[in-house]
Amino acid sequence: MAYAGEAPKPGFRPGMLIYDTRYRSLTIQLIVLVLFAFGVSWLINNVIVNLAAKDRTFDYGFLWNRAGYDINQTLIPYTNDSTHGRALFVGLVNTLVVAALGCFLATILGVIIGVLRLSKNWLIGRLMTVYVEVFRNIPLLLWILLSFVILTETTPSPRDFRVTDEMVAAGQAPAARMFLNDSVAITNRGMNVPAPLFERSLGTAGIGEFQISLNFLAIFAVIGASAIVNRRMVRRARAIQEDTGVRPVTWWKSLLLLFVPVIALLLALGFHLEYPRMTRFNFSGGIEVLHSFTALLVALVLYTAAFIAEIVRAGIQAISRGQTEAAFALGLRPGRTMSLIILPQALRVIIPPLISQYLNLTKNTSLAIAVSYMDLRGTLGGVTLNQTGKELECMLLMMLIYLTISLIISSVMNIYNASVRLKER
Amino acid sequence: MAESNQAFVRTAILPAQKPPLTEKGMIKWLRENLFSGWFNTILTLVGLWAIYSLIAAALPWWLNGVWNAGSLGECRTIVAERAGPDATGACWAMVRDRWHQFMFGFYPQDQYWRPTTAFGLLFAAIAPVLFSGQKRFQTYMLIGVAAFLSVTLWLATVPMLPVALTALLMLALLAFAQLRPASLMWFTVIYPALAFFLLWGGSVWTPVAAMAGLLVLLLAYRVLLPWTGVAIAAGIGVVLALLWWALLDVPVARMLTSVLPFGLESVASDRFGGFLLALTIGVTAISFSLPMGILLALGRQSDMVLIKTLSVGFIEFIRGVPLITLLFTASLLLQYFLPPNTNFDLILRVIILVTFFAAAYIAEVIRGGLAALPRGQYEAADALGLDYWSAQRLIIMPQALKIAIPGIVSTFIGLFKDTTLVAFVGLLDPLKGITQIVRADIAWKGIYWEPYIFVGAIFFVICFGMSRYSMYLEQKLKRDHR
Repeated sequence: MAYAGEAPKPGFRPGMLIYDTRYRSLTIQLIVLVLFAFGVSWLINNVIVNLAAKDRTFDYGFLWNRAGYDINQTLIPYTNDSTHGRALFVGLVNTLVVAALGCFLATILGVIIGVLRLSKNWLIGRLMTVYVEVFRNIPLLLWILLSFVILTETTPSPRDFRVTDEMVAAGQAPAARMFLNDSVAITNRGMNVPAPLFERSLGTAGIGEFQISLNFLAIFAVIGASAIVNRRMVRRARAIQEDTGVRPVTWWKSLLLLFVPVIALLLALGFHLEYPRMTRFNFSGGIEVLHSFTALLVALVLYTAAFIAEIVRAGIQAISRGQTEAAFALGLRPGRTMSLIILPQALRVIIPPLISQYLNLTKNTSLAIAVSYMDLRGTLGGVTLNQTGKELECMLLMMLIYLTISLIISSVMNIYNASVRLKER
Repeated sequence: MAESNQAFVRTAILPAQKPPLTEKGMIKWLRENLFSGWFNTILTLVGLWAIYSLIAAALPWWLNGVWNAGSLGECRTIVAERAGPDATGACWAMVRDRWHQFMFGFYPQDQYWRPTTAFGLLFAAIAPVLFSGQKRFQTYMLIGVAAFLSVTLWLATVPMLPVALTALLMLALLAFAQLRPASLMWFTVIYPALAFFLLWGGSVWTPVAAMAGLLVLLLAYRVLLPWTGVAIAAGIGVVLALLWWALLDVPVARMLTSVLPFGLESVASDRFGGFLLALTIGVTAISFSLPMGILLALGRQSDMVLIKTLSVGFIEFIRGVPLITLLFTASLLLQYFLPPNTNFDLILRVIILVTFFAAAYIAEVIRGGLAALPRGQYEAADALGLDYWSAQRLIIMPQALKIAIPGIVSTFIGLFKDTTLVAFVGLLDPLKGITQIVRADIAWKGIYWEPYIFVGAIFFVICFGMSRYSMYLEQKLKRDHR
C-alpha cells in the first residue's frame, strides 16, 4: 500500500516556531528569557531609583563600624566596641549552637519515641501517638512562647534564694532551693550552672580576632585520637573473631582507651567546676544560661522530635516483616534484631527525610525572635539593621548566610546518605 | 485394627479444660500488652505514673475552672472560695471575655457577620473540589461549621438582623452544596472576589472589575479557539486580561462606583486579627500555592534548560531561607523592589510571600509524586497521541497528585501553623499578637496556660482535621497496583 499525497516539504516556515515541537521549546525559552531579563532589570532599576530617592548607597562598609550594642549571650569575645561584622559572627555562632544541639537532642528523643511508638506495649504506644499528634499539630511558636513564659514566670526570683542571718537564727529555709547538690539554680532571669574552668592554660591560637582556647582544642584532639585508636582496636578484635571464632574481650580496653587519656589531660590542666553562688542580689560565678536559649532549644527539640519519630516509625515499618522473622530464626534477641538487622536497613529510608528535618530545625531557629534570643536574625537582621538602616544589605546578607548553612547541611548529609546507601552491582 | 482393651488406653475423650486464669480475658491481655517482660513492665509503670501525675496536676485545675469573671484576680477569689485557698483553677473567663479578639482581632464589631459569612461560604466554595460526593463526611463537616459559626456569633454579641439574614443565605447555599455539589463550580470561581468584598468591604465594583479580567480571558479564548488553536488563543487571552488589569480595571471600577455607589463599609487591613487573619492568610496561600507548586514541579522536570534552571533556582532559594526572612522581605524590602510610591497592603504582601514559600515546598512534594510514576505512564500518554498539557491533565497529574497527597497536606498543615509567624511583621495573629494584648491587659496580667491552651486547641483541631482528611482521601483514592 502506497501513501497517498506528497511528503511534507523540508524547509522552515515561521509557523513551525509554534507548532513544531522541535522548535517550540526554543520559542518558549526565548520568550521566557526576554520576560525574565525584563523583570530582573525592572527590579534592579526600581532598587536603584528607590535608593537614589532615599539618598542611600548599597555597600557593606557598615560591617566594619562600631556596633555599640550589647549581646547577652556571646560565645566568642564581644563587647559593644566590636564591629557589626563581629556581632554578625556572634549571632551566627548562637544560631549554630542552638541548631547543632537541637538536631542532636531531637534525633535522640525522636528515635526513642519512634521506636516506643511501635512497641508492643499498648499503653506506651498510645502515649507516644498522643505526643506525636499533639506536637505536630500545634505551631512551634506556641511551644517556644509557652516554655519561655513558664520558665520566666513560674520560677523564683534570685532574691528568694538568699539566706540572711535572721533566717539562719530563726531556722528558716529560703523560699527557693538550688538543685543537684546546690549546683544549679533556676531563677526567673536564667539558669545558673557550674562553669568548667582550668587552672593552667595552654594559651590561645588563632588568626587576628578569632582566637580559640588551646585547652579545648587539646581536649577535642585527645578525644578524637582515643576514638580512632579504640576503633582500630575493635576492628582488630573483629578480625581475630573472624579468623579464630573467638572474640577477645574488649570492653575494659575500650573504657580505658576512651576515658583515661581525657581524664589525665583534665587533671593535668587542673580542671574544676566553679559553682554559682548567691551574692547580695543575684548569682555570681558559674555560667548563666539564658531562658531564651533554653526555651528555644526545648521547644525546637520537642517539636522536631515528633516529626523525627514519625520518620523513624515509617522507616522501621518499611522494612519487611521477613527480616525480623529471619533474625529471630537465626536466634537473635529482639534488641539485637533491632540494632543489627532493622535499624541499619531502616537508616536508608530514614536519612533523606531526616536531612530535611535538620534543615527545618536550623531554619526554625530564626523563631528566636519570639524570645529575643540574639541569633543571626537578632544581631544582623535585628539591631544592626535598625541601627544602620541598611535594610537591603542586611536582609540580603542574612538570606545568603541561611542559604549557605542550608546548602552545607544538605550536602554533608547527602554525602553521609551516599555512604550508607545500598551498594548495588 | 482391633480395638484396644488395655487398661491404660483411654476410650473416651476428656472434656476440654478451661484455660488457666492467666491465659484468658483481661489478664491475658494485660500480660501480653502491658507486662510481657521486665522492660515492658517498667515502661508501663512509667507510663501510668506519667498519666497519673498529669491528671493529678491538671484535673483539679480543669474542674475548678471559672467561666464568669472580670479579671484574673476575681477568678482566683472565686476558685479560693469554691475549692479552698490552696486550690488551682483555670480562668476560662478570659476566653469568654476576649473571644471576639481571638476570633476577629479588631474587626469592627457590628460587621462580624461579614467574616463569618465568608467563612461559611468557603465551605460551599470548596464543596465541589473537596467532597466529591461523600455525603456522610460532608454532613458532619457542615454541621460542625454551622455549630462553630453560631457559637462564634453568639459569643461575640452581634446585632440579630444581619446575622439572621446571613444565616438564612448560608443555609440555602450549604443545602445546595449538600444536594448538588458539582453545579457549584461557578461559585468556586467567583468565591475569591466575593470573600475579598466581604472581608475588606469598599465598593462592590472593585472585585467585579477584577473578575471581569478573567471573563476577558475566557471570552478571548473561546472566540479565538476555532481559528488559532489552544496555545495562541490562551496566550492572547492572557495578554488581553493583563491589559485589562493594567489599564482598564481601576478606571472602570472607579467610574461604576461613581455611577452606582454600592458597597460595604471598608475595613482597613490593620484591624484584621486573630483566627480571622490566620484563616485569611492560610486559605488564600493554600489555594494559590497548589497550582503554583504544580507549575514549578513541572518546570523542574522540564526538558527546557532555561525553565528548569529558573524553577530550580526559585525552589532552592525559597527552601533555603527561613520563612521569617521572607516575611521581613515582605514588610521591609518590597518597597525597594517596586516603583517608588507604590504601597500595597501588608496582608496582601505577606500572603504573596507565604504563597511563594508554600509553593516551593509543594513543588518538591509533587516532584516526588512525579518521580514515583513509572516511565510507562508517560510513554503510554505519548503513544495515545496526547500533547503535553493533555497528558499532564489526564494521565500524569491525577496519579502524581494522588501519590503526593500526604506530603501536600502536611505542607498545608505546616503553612497554616506558620501563619502565626506574621506576628513578627506587626500583624495580630492569634498566638502572639492577640495573646500578648490580652496578657498586657491589667485584668489578665499573669495568665499564661489558658490563652495558649485555647489557641493551641483550635490549631490542633484544624490541623488534626486536615491530616485525618488526607488519610481518608488517600484511602478513598487508593488503587492497588498489582
